[in-house]
Amino acid sequence: MISVRDVFVFSENLGAQTLKVIKEFGLFGIFCADIFRTMLHAPLKAKKIIAQMVFVGIDSLPVVVATGATIGGVLALHAYKGLSSFGADQFVGPLVFLAMAREFGPVLSALMVAGRAGSAMTAEIGTMRISEQLDALTTLSININQYLLVPRVIASVITLPFLSMICTTCGVVVGYLISIHTLGINPEVYTESIKATVASSDLLQGFVKAAIFGLLLSLVGCYKGMVTTGGAKGVGKSTTESVVYASMGTLVMDYILTALMTLL
Amino acid sequence: MIAIRNLCKKFGSKQITHNLNLDIVQGEFLTIIGRSGEGKSVLLKQLMGLLKPDSGSIVVGDTEIVGLAGVELAHALKQCGYVFQFAALLDSLSVFENVGIVMLESGIAPHIVRPLAEECILKVGLSLDVLEKYPDELSGGMKKRVGLARTLMGNPRIIFYDEPTTGLDPIATQLIHELMRKTHDEYNATTIVISHDVSIFKYSDSVAMLFEGGIVHKQPAGSIWQSDHPMIRQFIHGLADGPLTKNLKE
Repeated sequence: MISVRDVFVFSENLGAQTLKVIKEFGLFGIFCADIFRTMLHAPLKAKKIIAQMVFVGIDSLPVVVATGATIGGVLALHAYKGLSSFGADQFVGPLVFLAMAREFGPVLSALMVAGRAGSAMTAEIGTMRISEQLDALTTLSININQYLLVPRVIASVITLPFLSMICTTCGVVVGYLISIHTLGINPEVYTESIKATVASSDLLQGFVKAAIFGLLLSLVGCYKGMVTTGGAKGVGKSTTESVVYASMGTLVMDYILTALMTLL
Repeated sequence: MIAIRNLCKKFGSKQITHNLNLDIVQGEFLTIIGRSGEGKSVLLKQLMGLLKPDSGSIVVGDTEIVGLAGVELAHALKQCGYVFQFAALLDSLSVFENVGIVMLESGIAPHIVRPLAEECILKVGLSLDVLEKYPDELSGGMKKRVGLARTLMGNPRIIFYDEPTTGLDPIATQLIHELMRKTHDEYNATTIVISHDVSIFKYSDSVAMLFEGGIVHKQPAGSIWQSDHPMIRQFIHGLADGPLTKNLKE
């Protein structure tokens, strides 16, 4: 039997959790504004940006290539099964290409980078937070945003579109190979149908999406690191939250961007 | 030099510093003692602007630092150096990069920074080969010395030490205390040390006791062992019974 008191307790907890979420969004907003302000007003550290581009981009290549290739192959198999029953197997190529360029390339690259580099950002910055290294930088009058955070954000925004393109290319190439060698689709039909269907705006959409996902996952990764408290357990918690929030954010943002791009 | 008035700081419902008043004069070597959890490090972090007080005033030199932030705060505290409890060296950087970080980050070429870093490393009693090492290759005592060398690169007039000898053996503790006093005299600095270690009294000018958020007593270090203040007596003699543990017993 639910008592009035239970309802009050439930309402109180719900209210407290809602306020907590609103506060977290507010703090994240302030953090983002601070990062953008630093980007505009403080000189950029080119060496640090390049080092982060290597970490986020080059070091993520194997996982992105493997993901793109696998998904490209799976897409070709699924598309063939569905389309061939309508006698439309000539559209396997465009389907694989469009799906990879518009969706799977940017989204999967972002999810892979969030899991690999975003989590590492949170863990590194969080460890620096709990071991007072960030406080040490503050006492030395070193701008933490400029020194640590902005290079990570800029590197992610620059590298994600290229990772997405590589992911897309791998998917399309493997999709082609599977279609030609396993499914027996005519190579000329495959390539010609892509040329006839796909526009440069499809590639551009994926490129823009990937850059926005890069911004989002790096901001989340850095923010969760900066607000880490409570020792090793706290670093673990922040790192997990960073991956979960960045992945969820990527998927939600993907829907929003797709809806906006469909309108345009 | 430093004047603290009615300083208050709360974490949630827990009052950490409560109407704390303290004056530290130019050139003084002050040791602040108190039981664990009394808020000694919180006090130091408020003095360095790392934590914002809820109310009260902190005047460093001629500048009120409460309410300052960013560049203004950094400018006001330019004359201050902070040596952290566990040195807080950046573990991704070499000792040279740690010691010279401020100059290197402001764009000064490494070959200009290097002689200055070497000078500071020698001053803290380390050999020059340490410069190429990384923090995880150093012992606790060496890390603290490197932390001090990093602070000395800024020619500080005020040096804060947060429990500088925690985790060190008695010999390393003595060496660090001697180094702190030597640095204090050489730089004509004002030194504020948070410590549990009573052996530092030998090197201090004065000792202040923090209890329940406030400074309850301050006296010259030379006469501390003869102090008739009950809290000081209990603390320095390590007595289980007394006013510091009254609340615990109740």
